[in-house]
Amino acid sequence: MSKENTKIYWKGIEELSGDPDFLKNASNEFPEYVPLKEQQGDYISEGTSRRDFLKMLGFGLGAVTLAACEAPVKKAIPYLNKPEEIEPGIANYYASTYVDGGDFCSVLVKTREGRPIKIEGNSLCPISKGGTTARVQASVLSLYDSTRLQSFYKGKDKPLQPSEYDAFDTEIINALSLASNIRIVSQTILSPTTRAVIQKFKEKYTSTEHVVYDASSAYGILQANKLMFGKYVIPSYDFSKADVIVSFGADFLGTWISPVEYARQYVSTRRLGKSKKTMSKHYQFETNLSLTGSNADIRVPIKPSEEALYVATLYNAIAANKLNIEEKKNDVLKKVADLLNANKGRSIVVCGSNDVNVQLMINEINRALGNYGTTIDLNQPSYQRQGDDERMNKFIDEVKSKAVDAVIFYGANPVYDHPRGAELAEALKSVKVKISFNERMDETTSLCDYVAPDHHYLESWGDAMPKKGIYTLMQPTINPVYKSRSAQESLLKWAGINTDYYSFLSNYWKSSILNGASWEKSLHDGVFVKTSEPTNENNADKKDKNNQNNNDASDSTKTIESVDWSKVEEAIKVYKTSEWELKLYEKVGIGWGSQAANPWLQELPDPISKATWDNYIAVNMVDAQNRGWKQGDVKKLTANGASVTLPILIQPGQTRGTVSVAIGYGRVIDGKRKVIGENAFKLADTKGGYVSFNVTDVKIEDTGDFRQLAQTQTHHTIMSRPIIQDATFEDYLKNPSAGRFIPMITTPDGKKKPKEVSLWEKEHDKPNHLWQMSIDLNACIGCGACVISCQAENNVPVVGRDEVLRRREMHWIRIDRYYSSDADSKSKDPQEKYFNTNYNEMEIPAEYPQVTFMPMMCQHCNHAPCETVCPVAATTHSSEGLNQMAYNRCFGTRYCANNCPYKVRRFNWFKYFDNRERFPENIAMNTDMGRMVLNPDVTVRSRGVMEKCSMCVQRIQEGKLKAKKEKRPVKDGEIKTACMSACPTQCIIFGDINDKESAVYQEKRVENAERVYAVLEELNVQPNVEYLTKIRNI
Amino acid sequence: MSFLKIRSCFSLLIFVPTFILFSVTVASAQGDKASAASGNQEMIQRGEELFKGNCTQCHAVHEKVVGPALTGITKRVPMAKIIKFVHNPAQLISVEKDKYFVDLYNEYKIEMTAFPGLSDNDIKSIVAYIESVPPPAPKSKADTGGDSGEVASSEPKKDYSELILVLTVITLILVAITLLVFITVIRKYLKDREDTLAEEDKELVNQKFDINAVIRSKGFIITVSVIFSMVAIRACWVGLMSIGIEQNYAPKQPIPFSHKLHAGDLKIDCGYCHTGVYKGKQANIPGVNICMNCHSVVKEGPVYGKAAIASLIDHYEKNKPIQWVRVHNLPDLAYFNHAQHTVVGGIECKTCHGQIDTMQVVRQHANLTMGWCINCHRETVVNAKGNAYYDRLLQFHESKKKGDMKVEDIGGLECSKCHY
Repeated sequence: MSKENTKIYWKGIEELSGDPDFLKNASNEFPEYVPLKEQQGDYISEGTSRRDFLKMLGFGLGAVTLAACEAPVKKAIPYLNKPEEIEPGIANYYASTYVDGGDFCSVLVKTREGRPIKIEGNSLCPISKGGTTARVQASVLSLYDSTRLQSFYKGKDKPLQPSEYDAFDTEIINALSLASNIRIVSQTILSPTTRAVIQKFKEKYTSTEHVVYDASSAYGILQANKLMFGKYVIPSYDFSKADVIVSFGADFLGTWISPVEYARQYVSTRRLGKSKKTMSKHYQFETNLSLTGSNADIRVPIKPSEEALYVATLYNAIAANKLNIEEKKNDVLKKVADLLNANKGRSIVVCGSNDVNVQLMINEINRALGNYGTTIDLNQPSYQRQGDDERMNKFIDEVKSKAVDAVIFYGANPVYDHPRGAELAEALKSVKVKISFNERMDETTSLCDYVAPDHHYLESWGDAMPKKGIYTLMQPTINPVYKSRSAQESLLKWAGINTDYYSFLSNYWKSSILNGASWEKSLHDGVFVKTSEPTNENNADKKDKNNQNNNDASDSTKTIESVDWSKVEEAIKVYKTSEWELKLYEKVGIGWGSQAANPWLQELPDPISKATWDNYIAVNMVDAQNRGWKQGDVKKLTANGASVTLPILIQPGQTRGTVSVAIGYGRVIDGKRKVIGENAFKLADTKGGYVSFNVTDVKIEDTGDFRQLAQTQTHHTIMSRPIIQDATFEDYLKNPSAGRFIPMITTPDGKKKPKEVSLWEKEHDKPNHLWQMSIDLNACIGCGACVISCQAENNVPVVGRDEVLRRREMHWIRIDRYYSSDADSKSKDPQEKYFNTNYNEMEIPAEYPQVTFMPMMCQHCNHAPCETVCPVAATTHSSEGLNQMAYNRCFGTRYCANNCPYKVRRFNWFKYFDNRERFPENIAMNTDMGRMVLNPDVTVRSRGVMEKCSMCVQRIQEGKLKAKKEKRPVKDGEIKTACMSACPTQCIIFGDINDKESAVYQEKRVENAERVYAVLEELNVQPNVEYLTKIRNI
Repeated sequence: MSFLKIRSCFSLLIFVPTFILFSVTVASAQGDKASAASGNQEMIQRGEELFKGNCTQCHAVHEKVVGPALTGITKRVPMAKIIKFVHNPAQLISVEKDKYFVDLYNEYKIEMTAFPGLSDNDIKSIVAYIESVPPPAPKSKADTGGDSGEVASSEPKKDYSELILVLTVITLILVAITLLVFITVIRKYLKDREDTLAEEDKELVNQKFDINAVIRSKGFIITVSVIFSMVAIRACWVGLMSIGIEQNYAPKQPIPFSHKLHAGDLKIDCGYCHTGVYKGKQANIPGVNICMNCHSVVKEGPVYGKAAIASLIDHYEKNKPIQWVRVHNLPDLAYFNHAQHTVVGGIECKTCHGQIDTMQVVRQHANLTMGWCINCHRETVVNAKGNAYYDRLLQFHESKKKGDMKVEDIGGLECSKCHY
């Protein structure tokens, strides 16, 4: 009757093609999906027999019964002599200063029972204004790192007992007094007192010279200012006064000089609201997609070799005297020039180049625009970069020519982080006395004869002067964890001054800085601002800088007309483009590698690539396609005689014909841990006498290897879904709710708003508080400080590279980064655009995309989908609007995670604590030292339970209790979540929406009511976290 | 009269007393709370607070402790001088060499701590309080002072319950005997009139009481086995539920510290040693330096003599921390904050810790289970009066009219109040 059915169905293309792997497994009904065995090695044997099972059951039962019979006796050991200020269970905060080379941040250190456990920003500081960075947040874990040197060393392998320290000192003093050429090598020293200490040392050992360099150098700017204005300084930049911001490769939001300060200023020009309808316009010309570039309104991809020419073209369009060069033809550049000319005095042009000629042009552009005195201030210089590349080059030459007898490395690791490190390492062998103060047995220290490790900044007294007139103090928040000694004390001791550094510091402050102001108050605030700086500064730090003409009182804009523009012209012509060009860049998390051993930072997804635990060669998508390269292909990259072997990452926004590699990786820590990535410093260019991260003549070769990169986000576009809702500034001005997607649900009674179609009959009351959050997408720069802050506050484990590859990272807050796709723009209608069906195309990010960052954490839905599916009611809703998670109730069905539309729930696949074998990276839970960083108010979760953002419920409870004890309502702003308090731009506002005066109410209901949206509003889950639309000034 | 009736009569006679006995044994008595009396005059009340907070470490009203007994102080020293002395004892002793105080110093060999923070009125209140305390009753009665009434009153109650138990047992035995007597009498009477009885009844009357038959009867076996299994199941259940519960845990401590002496007899305020109890999460076991405030002078105790205090001083001098044994162990997953309960909730220490002032050795009074916490949160009315934090909640609660605002009404049963 019927025809025989001849159709054949295949399970997949493998079956059709007869793939051998497929055929092998075809008969197995149950594939082994869970690769548990491979991961765990031998300790789960192949197949458990019935007898083994019974044995285990019997033993287990017996063990449990025995354990239950008698509770273990727990001891309680109180203080012998309780310090007055410490009350167990109550946190103390101390103002201090985070300093790492030239990086600066004024902080408050939260200590519990005498242990620092969390870093907060210090809002009294006029520079950092309460903001922090991921590195600052993570520094508290570095304190407890057991790979820090635990005692003095003589040579690489001989640790000393504290009783031997005196002999050690005598030996060094003898050696130093015999030396005739002593060099102290350091990075930027912000501390005026340390400079005074070095001065004292120099007085004893008169042949001493202090060599300052920076791993992340700004020598170009310093030198340009010296040539042009006679001042070897970095000016104060004020982005908040700029309407037009132009940056050539300066990542001022991420890593350039003082990012916390600049981010706050920058965002103040980007915020919008009822009372503020202006917005700056930001142009970025750069090679790699940086954090700043991804926030720019208009980003122009350029090659490193073109940077000088681009700047020169702009120079010609603005400055009075023109250079005779072949100008770049670029429409954007023309528009920028017009805009800058129209906004004289209200603009700022910055450049990340280290070439003094380029910086001279930048200076001249800013001067022609009248920006000195408005957005740029030379009268209050910043001291955050002081490194002298030429002096450092000279030092290496000196060492090579055996002209140095003794060298002291203070917080400097040039063998690793100077491009000529290998040369230096070889030459150092001839130096008789080599001393290091570094905290670790790093590349340089392991070559030294004497190692006297310095304290961590949380253990030591200290100070900093990041800018003229702004002084901050550093105070110990814990007794030294190891047998280290402050470097200043060592130097003083060797200089024959037997005083502890604290007395030296306080005396120096009282005599030279405070001018009668209170030491106690300065220590309490952490900051001392000197309003009237004496005209004639004769601080030790000024004396120290040789060939420096410091005459700060003079008018800053007065030029010493010694700039030879013809030389600049020549220098620009030197730049030649090549087939492949390389840009070396700093990552927000790792920086120049000083905290490379910090697992929090290694696991912090890079804001742009979302890659963890690796550095890589970022290439343009089209370049990769043309050459048939795939992400993860390992290539050998050679430049300046050095090479690195790294996997490839396809990076939208990377200029065609260029690659970029992050510095700060490839650290040899102490041999115990794996080296992560490769050192890229050696690729840098030093031909011009300065360190240049713009490298040409790069060769890339295949190796045939493959290494998968552990990225936390592999889907790059939003596929036109209204998760990100954005609009142009122009549209916003016409209609504040521009870009908003207002979903309507089709019902039998016609279209309705999602809120009107509910599963629930009645809403639960929130009589007292309703905790809500507002996140301004215009203010979020994507820096990731919140991620680390949350990790520290909430005891979030580090899972390691392998687990990240399995998408099992545990961060409670992530920053989703979305690229635009060229396919997006097909439909202009805002409503229709979200129903574009061009999915395949839309999945591919544009070659040079727009970028949006979106912090995403538990949205604390008032109609939470996770709560209804939990079979044991482990996740429930509170009367204050919080989505609660009771870990001990959870038994791990993971239904909630599956039902969460935001994918913010994290499952503990393993026991991450007390499990050093399996998770050696998770030092905060697996080492005795590391455990000290855990927050005692937050449970450490065990295997098999779900966890997620709790909106820092421990802080809410603490704040409420404080109010209750004082018999008053909760004040707005006194409870801050960890993410909110860490944010340098204050893009996250948390508070009680029931309080009409609260900042969150004002932002969401008054100032920006039209911009507020809930992600996936159509689901009517009614989240308590809401976002403000992203507005671009295109 | 039927066979069945008489039969069931027998069974009842045996089982009813057994049942009652069993249930009485299983039932447990619960302690009562008693409320503490307080003075009515404002000044005296304030004085009492200040006295307990500042003075009781070294002084008692009617007894010599570290310092002299304070009763009748106004008769010995004028008020102005008292104030001056409290503000700066060294002035009067070393500088002005006031005879009265110099004599005191020579007697006690210790100078009083200065309290410059107390205002003149504060000191007057304290003196007013001292004067208001009546001298202790003669030794014949309980000698621990005012609070002993509470302890005493609970004791006869315990005896009473035992008495009821004994009386019930006696009554039941008497009833059983009486019933037996009745049966014997009736049987005798019926035997005398055997002729008039029916054949079956005759059999019954002549039947001898056979204990074996009763034991072998189905009813008996079923009942006994049901009772046995119920008792066993209950015992298992109670056993399992008590795993991890350390109620009445009273470990031996390295130094035999008596709360009865310090908190009970000497009336030292709890917050003097447990410094965190009104401030934060932990009540804190005091550091040895706090002990040494008094024990640098007091070297002999009334109960354990010199040895215990010597051991304490030894720890202090040799910089050796004392390893106390923790009595109250809350699991790590539960967050408990003392200040929330003591300061905000106004809960007395005794509510959870029992009669700590009568404990020679500290014992865990409550079972510290989640059920116990929840139960209290269900029953306790929020101490909201005069606390502006609760205004919005009170207003809301009153609008819904459900009686008193209990802790559970304001979210006191929500997970994240204790678990995070």
